[in-house]
Amino acid sequence: MKNTVRVHSFHGGIHPPENKKQSTGAPITMAPVPSRIVLPLQQHIGLPADPVVKVGERVLKGQLVAEAIGRISANIHASTSGVVTAIESHPVPHMSGMPADCLIIEADGNDEWIEHQGLEDYTQLPKPELIEFIRQAGVAGMGGAGFPTDVKLHLGDDHIVNTLIINAAECEPYITADDMLMRERAEQILGGIEIIAHLLKPLHIMVGIEDNKPQAIRALHAALDNSTLNLDIVITPTKYPSGGEKQLIKLLTGIEVPSGKIPADVGIVCQNIGTTTAIFKAVTYGEPLISRIVTVTGQAARHKQNYEVRIGTRFADLLDHSDVDREQMYRLIVGGPMMGITVEDEQIPVIKTTNCVIAGSVQEMPPQPPAQACIRCGMCEQVCPAELLPQQLHWFAKGREFDKARNHNLFDCIECGACSYICPSNIPLVQYYRFAKAEIRKEDAEQRKSDHARIRFEARLERLERAKVEKEERRKQRAADAARAQAAKKDAALTPKPASTANAESSEPDLKQLKSNAAIARTKLRQAEKALANAKDKGQEGVDTLQATVIQLQEKSDKAEQAYQQAQNAPAKAPVAAPASSLKDLKNNAAIARTKLKKAEKQLADAEASGEGDISALKAQVVTLQERTAKATEVYENAESGKDNSAPAIALDTSGLEADIVAMQGKVDKAETAWKTAVESGSPAADKMAAGVAKLKDKLTALQDELAAIKNASIATAAPVIDTCELEADIVAMQAKVDKGEAAWKTALESGSPAADKMAAGVTKLKDKLTALQDELAAAKSSAIATAAPVIDTSELEADIASMQAKVDKGEAAWKTAVESGSPAADKMAVGVNKLKDKLKALQDELTAITTKSDAKQDETQMQSEALDMKALKQQVSIMRTKLKKAEKQLAELSEDEKESALASELIAEIDQLKLRHGTAKTTYDTAEAELIAAAAQEGIDLKQLKIDAALARAAVTKAERALTKAEDDGKQTLEEELLAIRAQAEKLNATLERFSE
Amino acid sequence: MSLIRITSPHAHRSGSTGNVMLTVLLATLPGLAAMTFFFGWGTLIQVIWGTLLAISLEAAVVKLRGRPVSFYLTDYSAVVTAVLLGLALPPFAPWWVMTVGIIVAIVIAKQMYGGMGSNPFNPAMVAYALLLVSFPVQMTSWAAPFVMSGEGWAVLSLSDTLSAIFSSIPAAIDGHTMATPLDIMRHRGGFTTEEMWTESTLLANGIGAWHAVSAAYVMGGVFLLYRKIFTWHTPVAMLGSLTLISTLFFLIAPDQFPDPFFHLTVGATMLGAFFIATDPVTSATSNKGKLWFGAGIGLLIFIIRTWGNYPDAVAFAVLLMNLCAPFIDQYTQPRSYGHAKPNRGAK
Ligand code: SF4
Ligand code: SF4
Repeated sequence: MKNTVRVHSFHGGIHPPENKKQSTGAPITMAPVPSRIVLPLQQHIGLPADPVVKVGERVLKGQLVAEAIGRISANIHASTSGVVTAIESHPVPHMSGMPADCLIIEADGNDEWIEHQGLEDYTQLPKPELIEFIRQAGVAGMGGAGFPTDVKLHLGDDHIVNTLIINAAECEPYITADDMLMRERAEQILGGIEIIAHLLKPLHIMVGIEDNKPQAIRALHAALDNSTLNLDIVITPTKYPSGGEKQLIKLLTGIEVPSGKIPADVGIVCQNIGTTTAIFKAVTYGEPLISRIVTVTGQAARHKQNYEVRIGTRFADLLDHSDVDREQMYRLIVGGPMMGITVEDEQIPVIKTTNCVIAGSVQEMPPQPPAQACIRCGMCEQVCPAELLPQQLHWFAKGREFDKARNHNLFDCIECGACSYICPSNIPLVQYYRFAKAEIRKEDAEQRKSDHARIRFEARLERLERAKVEKEERRKQRAADAARAQAAKKDAALTPKPASTANAESSEPDLKQLKSNAAIARTKLRQAEKALANAKDKGQEGVDTLQATVIQLQEKSDKAEQAYQQAQNAPAKAPVAAPASSLKDLKNNAAIARTKLKKAEKQLADAEASGEGDISALKAQVVTLQERTAKATEVYENAESGKDNSAPAIALDTSGLEADIVAMQGKVDKAETAWKTAVESGSPAADKMAAGVAKLKDKLTALQDELAAIKNASIATAAPVIDTCELEADIVAMQAKVDKGEAAWKTALESGSPAADKMAAGVTKLKDKLTALQDELAAAKSSAIATAAPVIDTSELEADIASMQAKVDKGEAAWKTAVESGSPAADKMAVGVNKLKDKLKALQDELTAITTKSDAKQDETQMQSEALDMKALKQQVSIMRTKLKKAEKQLAELSEDEKESALASELIAEIDQLKLRHGTAKTTYDTAEAELIAAAAQEGIDLKQLKIDAALARAAVTKAERALTKAEDDGKQTLEEELLAIRAQAEKLNATLERFSE
Repeated sequence: MSLIRITSPHAHRSGSTGNVMLTVLLATLPGLAAMTFFFGWGTLIQVIWGTLLAISLEAAVVKLRGRPVSFYLTDYSAVVTAVLLGLALPPFAPWWVMTVGIIVAIVIAKQMYGGMGSNPFNPAMVAYALLLVSFPVQMTSWAAPFVMSGEGWAVLSLSDTLSAIFSSIPAAIDGHTMATPLDIMRHRGGFTTEEMWTESTLLANGIGAWHAVSAAYVMGGVFLLYRKIFTWHTPVAMLGSLTLISTLFFLIAPDQFPDPFFHLTVGATMLGAFFIATDPVTSATSNKGKLWFGAGIGLLIFIIRTWGNYPDAVAFAVLLMNLCAPFIDQYTQPRSYGHAKPNRGAK
C-alpha cells in the first residue's frame, strides 16, 4: 500500500512503547448492561445540557434526557431503559477531579429502545435540517475534547472547506479503539464520511492513519472499493503525537494552523474516525450517541480488549467485566498514558470522549523518580512537536517569569507530554506549563477584574455627580413649572382657552410601565442569580462581579416593585381614553403573564418531584405570578370596557436603561471571557464567538447611545437656566488656587528651588483656567442678561432709589436744622436737596419703565421655554421610535430556538412598553404643537416681520464675528461681548421663528 | 491498592541524568586509552586522582548545603568534570595542580552557582584556564609521546609516574617532558611552518600520537551523537568554522600559518568539540543557537592560537562563548508551530 499523497513531517515527536498488541487480540464485544448509568450533563465542550426528565420518570434507551443549551452544547440520551433516580453531583472524568452534575438512571435490564428512525435519503433533506438531525443525536467529537460535531458541520456556510481530514492516527500508546473500529466497521466509517462530505463539500478528503495499523488500513481499502467515495488513505509513520490535530494537518497537508487560529481558518476540518460512525448511526438508524468503543487494557486487566460500552457505564462495571486485578492496579488512567488523566474513583462513568481505560500496575507505570536539575540537554526541545524550547519554558515557569514564558510561546504548547517523557532529569515539565498557563490566565483575569472595578468606581462617581446635577435641575424645573403655571393661570384669566391635558398626564404614574419595569427587573435579577450560582458551582472567575450585579439588581427590582405598588395603591386618575394600540398590549401582557405563570407552575412541579431547588421560592413566585396574571387580565378587561384608568407617562426612564446597560456589559464580559478561552484552547468556535461578542458590543453601544441621547435631551430642556452662581463659586476656588500657586512659586523662586519653572507653568495654567472660567461667566451673564436682565436691574435700581431717598431725607433734615439755626449755608443746602430730589425722581421713573418692559420680556421668555419643551417633546418621540424599532429588529433577529427563551418574552414586553411610550410621546407632542400654533394665531404674530428680523440679526452676527477676527487684542474683549449679545438676540429670533414656521 | 492521582504523561522513557553522564564517561574511554597508550600512565592517574577529589568535594559541599548526598552524587556530573579536567591537564602535572583545579571546578565554578544545571561556565574549563594562568610552567610541560617508530622514547613506568606526580621532586620526569606541537609551532622563531615539520623531532616523529588521540575523541563523540546525547550542531559548527578560517589563512600564507589539519588534530580541539563545547548546561539552547555558539568557539580558537599568548585556546574560547550563550539564546528562539517567524530579543 503506497501513499498517493505526499506525507510531510512535523518537528519532534517520540516513540514510546506502543503496548497496543495486547488489546487487539479479541474482537469488539458488547459490554453488558450495567445496573446503573451515570450520565454527566457535560460530556462535551460548551454549556452543560439541561435535564428534561424528572426524577422518578421512566426513560427508554435512546430517549433524550438532557437538552443542549445554546449553540455549543450537546444533547444527552439515556443509554439503556430504566428509571431516573437522581440528578446530583457525582465524580466525573475530569482533569480537575471535581464532581459535576450527573443524571443517574437505575437500569431495568430490558434495554428497551425508544421509537427511532433514520433518514431514508439524507441527501433530500436541506442541509440545516440534516445538521439539526445530527445535533439532536447528541454527537460530539469522540477523539479529543468532545466538541459538538454539528458546530463543525455548519462550517460549510461561512468557511470554504478545502480539505476534510479524518483522524485515524491513534498515536497514543495502549489505545486501540479506533484501530478495532476500522477493522470491523469500515463501512459505517465510510458512510459517516459520506454524510460529512455531503455537508461540507470538501475538495479533498484524507484519512490519516499511522502505519502500525496494517489490518485497519486493509479493511478501509476493502470497504473503499465498494464505495463511490473519493478519498485518500494516507499512511503516516508511527510517531507520537501524529494524532494531534495540528500535527496531523501538518503531516497530511504541510500546512501549519496559525497560532491562535482553528483549522477551519485555513480551510481544513478535522473529524475523529469514531465520530464518523456516530454520525452514520444517527443519520441511518436514528440512533443517538449512546455507546462507544472503549479499550480496556493495562497489566492489571486480565481481558485486554475493546468493548462497545454504553455511555454512563461506571468504570467499576467495566473493570469487573474485564476481570481487573484490583490488587495489582496501581493507576487507573482514562485516555492514553501520554495525555490521559488518572482517576481515583471507580464510580466515574464512561463518557462520549472516553476511548481507553488503563488499569496500570506498578511495574508498568512506576511512580516517577524525583526530579533532578535540568541539565539543559535539549532533548525536550528535540521532541517538542510545537517547536518550543521546553527547557526555557520550564525555567521561566519555575522562576515565575511569565512574560518570558509567554514570549516563548507557552500558549502554543499542546501539553502532549513528549518533553516530560524524554527528560532525563524526570522533570514534570507539562505540570510546570499547566501551572504557568493557569497563573497567566489568573493574572489576566485579575487585571480585567481590576480594570472593571476601576471603571465601575468611576462610573459610580459620575453617577453620583449626575444625580446631584439632576436633582438641582429638577428643583429648577419645578420652580419654572410653577412660574409657568402661574403665568398660564394669568393667561387663562385673560383669554379663556382649553386647558392642556398633556402636562397633567405627564405627572401621573404609569402603572403598566411600572409593572413591566418591575417584571423586567425581576427577570434580570433571576438571571443574574442563576449565573451566579452557576459560576459558584464551577468556581469560575467573576463571581465577585456577578455578586455585585445581583445585589444591584436586587435593589433595582425592589425599587421597581415598590414604585409599582405605590402607584397601584394611589387613587385612580381621571379617566383618559386609552390609545387604540394599548388594548392589544394589555391583552398581550395578560397572555405573557399567563405563560409565565404556567412555566413557573411547571418548574414548581418539577422541583417538587425532584426535591431539588428552592421550592418555597418557586411557590412564592407562582403566587406572585398568579396575582400578576389576574391583575393583567383585569386591567385588560377594564380597558376593553373603556374603564382603563392607566395614564401614560412621558417620564424618561433612564434607570431601566442603565440596568440594561449593566446587564449588557455583563453579557459582553462573559462572552469575551468565553471567547478568549476558546481562542486559547484553539476551539474552532472562537470565530463565531468573536462575532457574537461584536454583536453584543454593538448592542451595548446602542444602549449607551440611547442613554446619552436621553440625557442630552433632558439637559437640553434644562439648558436655559444657567447656573452662574456655581460658576462664580468655581472662579473663587480657582482664584484661590492661583493665589496659592503664585505664593508657592514665589517662595520657590526665593529659595532658588529648581521646581520654580514647573510651578510657573502650573500657575500659568491655572490662570488660563481662571480666565476661561471668567469668560464663561461673562458669557453666561450676557446671555442671562438677554433673558433675565430686567430682574437684576430693577433690584439694583430699587436699592439705588432707597439710598437716594435716604440721602434726600438726610439732606432735608440738615437743611431744616440749618434754617432753624439761621445758618448761612441753608440756601445752598436747599439747592442740594432739590437736586437730590430730582435724581430720586429720575430713578423712580427709570424703575417704572423697566418694570413695564420686563413684563413684556417675561412673556417672551415664557414662550421660549415652551419652544424648548416642544423640542424636547419631539426628541422624545423620535427616541421612542428608534428604541421601538431596535427592539423589534432584535426580536426579528432572534433565531428559532432563541424565540422560546426568556430573552424573547422580555423583548416582547419591552416592545409593548415602547409602543405605548411612543404613542404617548407622539400624542403629547401633537397636542402641544397644535396649541402653539393656535397661540401664535391668537397673538397675531407677524411671521413675515419675524423672518426679516431674524435675517437681520443673523447678518449682524456675521458682521460682528468678522469684526472680532480683525480686531486688535485690546479691542477684542468688548467685541466679544457684543458678539455674544447679538448672537443671543439672533438665536432668540430664530427660535421664535422656528416655533411658528413649522 | 489505593489509586494515585498524577497528571499526564504517565509514561516516561527509562533514563536519568546519571545515565546520560555515564554514557559521556563511556565515550571518553577511547580518548583515555589513547592518552595512556601514547603518553604514559600520567593521564590515567590524573583522572583517577581527580575523580576521587571531585566525589569527596562534591559530597562535602552538597552536605554543607543540606541536600541528599547520594541523590546528587549519582548524577555523576562531578565525575565527568574530573575526567575532562584529567584529560586536559598535562600527564605529569603535580598532584596539587589537580587539587586546585578540582576545588575551583567543583566548589567555585559549580556548587557556588547552585550546582548542576545552574552554572554559567563549564567547570572543567574554568579550572583549566585558572591553572594555565596561575601555573604556566607546570601547565605547559607535556609528556613526550611514545612513538612506535621512534628511536628510544618510551613512556615512564607507573611507579616513576606516581612519584613524579605525588612527590615534591619531579626529577624523574626530566627528559620525558616536552612542549606540545602547538607550543612548538608558536615558538618556532624564524622558521617557516614547512621547515618546522622537519626541524622539530616531535613534529617529525611524534605528531602521530596526537592524531591518534584526536581520532579516539572523535570516536567517542560519534558514539554520543549516535546515542543522541547531543545534536550535531555544536561540534559541526565549531570544527567547520575552525577549518574554514584556518584554510583561509593557510591559503593566503602557507609559510606563516599551519594547515587546517594541524589545527583540527592537535591540542584539545577534538576533546573540546565533542566533550567540552557540547556541555549542555553552559551552551546555547536552541539548535540555531548551538550553531552560532559552536562557530564562535571555532573562530576564537583560531584567533587565540594564532595571535594570543597561550599555547592552546579551547578553554578560553569555550569560556568566552559561555559568556555569550544567554545573549545567543535571546536571538535564536526557534520558529514555533503556527508562527510565521520566531520571537526575538529579550522580553
Ligand atoms: S530534557 Fe529535561 S533536562 Fe534536558 S533540557 Fe529538557 S528539561 Fe532540561
Ligand atoms: S508538552 Fe508542550 S512543550 Fe512539551 S513537547 Fe508537548 S508541546 Fe512541546
